[in-house]
Amino acid sequence: MRNLGPVLTVVAVILVIWYVAAVGLNAAWARDQAARAGTELGFSELVGQTLSQSRPKLPAPHQVAAEIWQSTWVEETQGRRGLIKSGSLSQRSLVYHAWLTLSATMVGFAIGTGAGVLLAVGIVYNRAMDKSVMPWAIASQTIPILAIAPMIIVVLNSIGISGLLPKAIISAYLSFFPVVVGMVKGLRSPDAMQLDLLRTYSAGPAQAFWKLRLPASMPYFFASLKVGVAASLVGAIVGELPVQQGGLGARLLAGSYYGQTAQIWAALFAAAALAAVLVGIVGAVQKRTLTRMGMAR
Amino acid sequence: MAAPVQNIISARNVDLTFQTADGPIHALKGVDLAIGKGEFVSFIGPSGCGKTTFLRCIAALETPTGGTLTVNGMSPDEARRARAYGYVFQAAGLYPWRTIGGNIRLPLEIMGYDKAEQADRVARVLELVDLAGFEKKYPWQLSGGMQQRASIARALAFDADILLMDEPFGALDEIVRDHLNEQLLALWARTEKTIGFVTHSIPEAVYLSTKIVVMSPRPGRITDIIESPLPKERPLDIRDTPEFIAVAHRVREGLRAGHQDA
Repeated sequence: MRNLGPVLTVVAVILVIWYVAAVGLNAAWARDQAARAGTELGFSELVGQTLSQSRPKLPAPHQVAAEIWQSTWVEETQGRRGLIKSGSLSQRSLVYHAWLTLSATMVGFAIGTGAGVLLAVGIVYNRAMDKSVMPWAIASQTIPILAIAPMIIVVLNSIGISGLLPKAIISAYLSFFPVVVGMVKGLRSPDAMQLDLLRTYSAGPAQAFWKLRLPASMPYFFASLKVGVAASLVGAIVGELPVQQGGLGARLLAGSYYGQTAQIWAALFAAAALAAVLVGIVGAVQKRTLTRMGMAR
Repeated sequence: MAAPVQNIISARNVDLTFQTADGPIHALKGVDLAIGKGEFVSFIGPSGCGKTTFLRCIAALETPTGGTLTVNGMSPDEARRARAYGYVFQAAGLYPWRTIGGNIRLPLEIMGYDKAEQADRVARVLELVDLAGFEKKYPWQLSGGMQQRASIARALAFDADILLMDEPFGALDEIVRDHLNEQLLALWARTEKTIGFVTHSIPEAVYLSTKIVVMSPRPGRITDIIESPLPKERPLDIRDTPEFIAVAHRVREGLRAGHQDA
């Protein structure tokens, strides 16, 4: 915890900037209201009002914190549709929406990782795939995901697939790429001497894969998984924007429709926290695996 | 069989030309050499003289473009499939994710030995290179010299008659190197392997070998083959005897001659 001090300092600086910005951005509306009521605002009144509006342009940090608290703990424990009273997660709670997003993210991450590894193996072992797949993989990532997501949903919906899977596929679309790039590099990381050594044993390509290439690729694999899991989350959220059937993405969009800025920010923080937890889990698995393999740095 | 049985490795007029963008490179030209069973043969010469390339040809890692080369009376490729040789590279090249025991087990797994046999052999070769007790250690826990010994153990694990070594001690310091040379001779005496050893150190070549092959570059070729008059029993201080110095002198002369007409 040696970096706790610097981290807290940065957080404090961000909070200060945030409060100043909140006062500045919300001041116009507060003054407007005061002018209509025919009153004058002093500085402390102005600050007080800018930080407590119900639909601020920029909600203050404590408003966002209150919104997060309200829409998670309070909603689930005291709400009519909350976990305590109804036995299931409330549709108005962030926990429910985060869970929807998380499940799509996990399925998409699994599909993306699997597809990425398979493509990488193909690229490394098949000359035709080596020449042809990578340009397409790169091209796929240059298309804005926001443009292609609604089409994926429409197409899949027309063949009767809806719900979690379309979101997961958009999520996989974003997460397979770092895995392909990382695994191609990882599977090719053994040097000529290592490959010659296996040749002196007359080892076949399958043996070279399982005994040398795959274990050698593990550090690369985990590095790409960290990027991939974050991309999966972004993909799932984007996939929720056009559908509006729950999830953090739907929550973000609903918040912007109704001017609920605190709700938007709360959803954003929920997404950020989710991403941090996911990357943290991958990091922990990475550390454990590489330590057990004797490869941890 | 064309080759006589006592000649383990026999090369006749072996050529190897690499085609590169800058035109052909004659890595080996007209190499004639016979290596008998149980010999310790060193290949010495400046870089580019083809000593490593010739070793790789014996191991079927390169294919000669001319001449004939037989190993155990077979083509190098057949000999490799018959597990005729173990190869030790310049770097130990141990897998960091496998223990020392696991690394030595690698060729045994690939060649399909059963588990009990694997454990047996790992224990035996570890003892042979003086690393008993290090089976469960990871490579990074060992010094460079110990890693190279583990890689020799790995090459010995499957009972090949021939041990091919490509500058195995080149990256180690002088003291460790002396120690390993002594151990290598003891190992050679115990196992009666035929050893092909590439080096660029004259004392190392003279100290270890029964036969020293001096090579020179452009094109890579043999300039001198010296049958060592030194006894098989060689303490380290043999390097101060007149016989040793005479052989070393002849090697140096051979290297210099190769350099002048290059």
